[in-house]
Amino acid sequence: MKTLKLLSLLSFAFLLTAFSSQPISEGYKVGDIATDFSLENIDGKMVSLSDYKDAKGFIVIFTCNTCPYAVAYEDRIIALDKKYASKGYPVIAIMPNDPEVQPGDSMEAMKTRAKAKGFTFPYLMDEGQNIYPQYGATKTPHVYLLQKTKKGNEVKYIGAIDDNYKDANAVTERYVENAVDALLNGKEIETTETRAIGCTIKVKR
Amino acid sequence: MKYVLSLLVLLFLGCKEQPSKPGANALTKSNTERLDGLTIVDYDGLKPYLHIDDEKLHVVNFWATWCAPCVKELPYFEALSQTYGSDSIDVLLVSLDFPNKYETNLLPFIEKNKLKSAVIALDDTDQNRWIPAINENWSGAIPATLIYKGEKRKFYEQSFTEEELNKEIEQFLNK
Repeated sequence: MKTLKLLSLLSFAFLLTAFSSQPISEGYKVGDIATDFSLENIDGKMVSLSDYKDAKGFIVIFTCNTCPYAVAYEDRIIALDKKYASKGYPVIAIMPNDPEVQPGDSMEAMKTRAKAKGFTFPYLMDEGQNIYPQYGATKTPHVYLLQKTKKGNEVKYIGAIDDNYKDANAVTERYVENAVDALLNGKEIETTETRAIGCTIKVKR
Repeated sequence: MKYVLSLLVLLFLGCKEQPSKPGANALTKSNTERLDGLTIVDYDGLKPYLHIDDEKLHVVNFWATWCAPCVKELPYFEALSQTYGSDSIDVLLVSLDFPNKYETNLLPFIEKNKLKSAVIALDDTDQNRWIPAINENWSGAIPATLIYKGEKRKFYEQSFTEEELNKEIEQFLNK
């Protein structure tokens, strides 16, 4: 009898997960207020969102040195910062991997990569890996577009940078640009969530 | 009208799908290409492989040669056919390597590691369409694995130890 009860409970749970349309992973959804942080930048200084008094919001991107998808997007991340930092939406890049698991993502390696590519934005180490789980980032690259509101930094868009990782020239939808443009023009963001393939965030098992 | 239409589509999708077994049919479609024996598909070309309705347990692993945790767990998937018998289990390795790396990385990797499981390369940039179509909860991180038999399906956005993988396989086989 007990097993029967357990079984029906289990199948009920299965049904729930099978038909739920919401991702079960934790983390922010569009409309949530994102946490601020104090993380070390490649120049040795600590960076927080609250340092940016004049910003209207932030393009927070979880990215790293070692993921081919992240590397494929480096130039486009630089372009996003060049285009939107002056308009009030700077890029804040956060490297979420554990460098002990992924040595290519050590602070030294981050410095080297940022210098070689000429990053114009902070490239922060998620020391202790406490920030990415709160955001709910699962991979690199993974974008969270935030808008400053009275309540705090509100999540407005989650997902990919655009719809073609292979070829920047073949992109048909610039998800992040469209979202920031909408915020700048006081319009509704059409696409607030997208999916893309990325590299899992590296943690000790 | 749009609502009715999507409802119809949902109903249709909900019905038991019985696509022809991939193989001869799927491979002659225009959404399939070949390169030195490597089958390259877009999502429409991959889809039939995710819905094979036979007596076998189907294990579909999404991986790439550049993905360290994927490469690490690959031997566990490779061992499945031997452990459980190729009559009862079918393993498909879906590579997400970049197309410009097929010849330089993927094919040499298959060769060097003498992969026994079927390998297919998925080349479809419209990820925002096919990721949720494969599983609504998949954020897009790899490794990821789909295990299914008949109508029972489970999706795993995680890497496996050999023990964990075998445990999942046994849960499917013992039903």
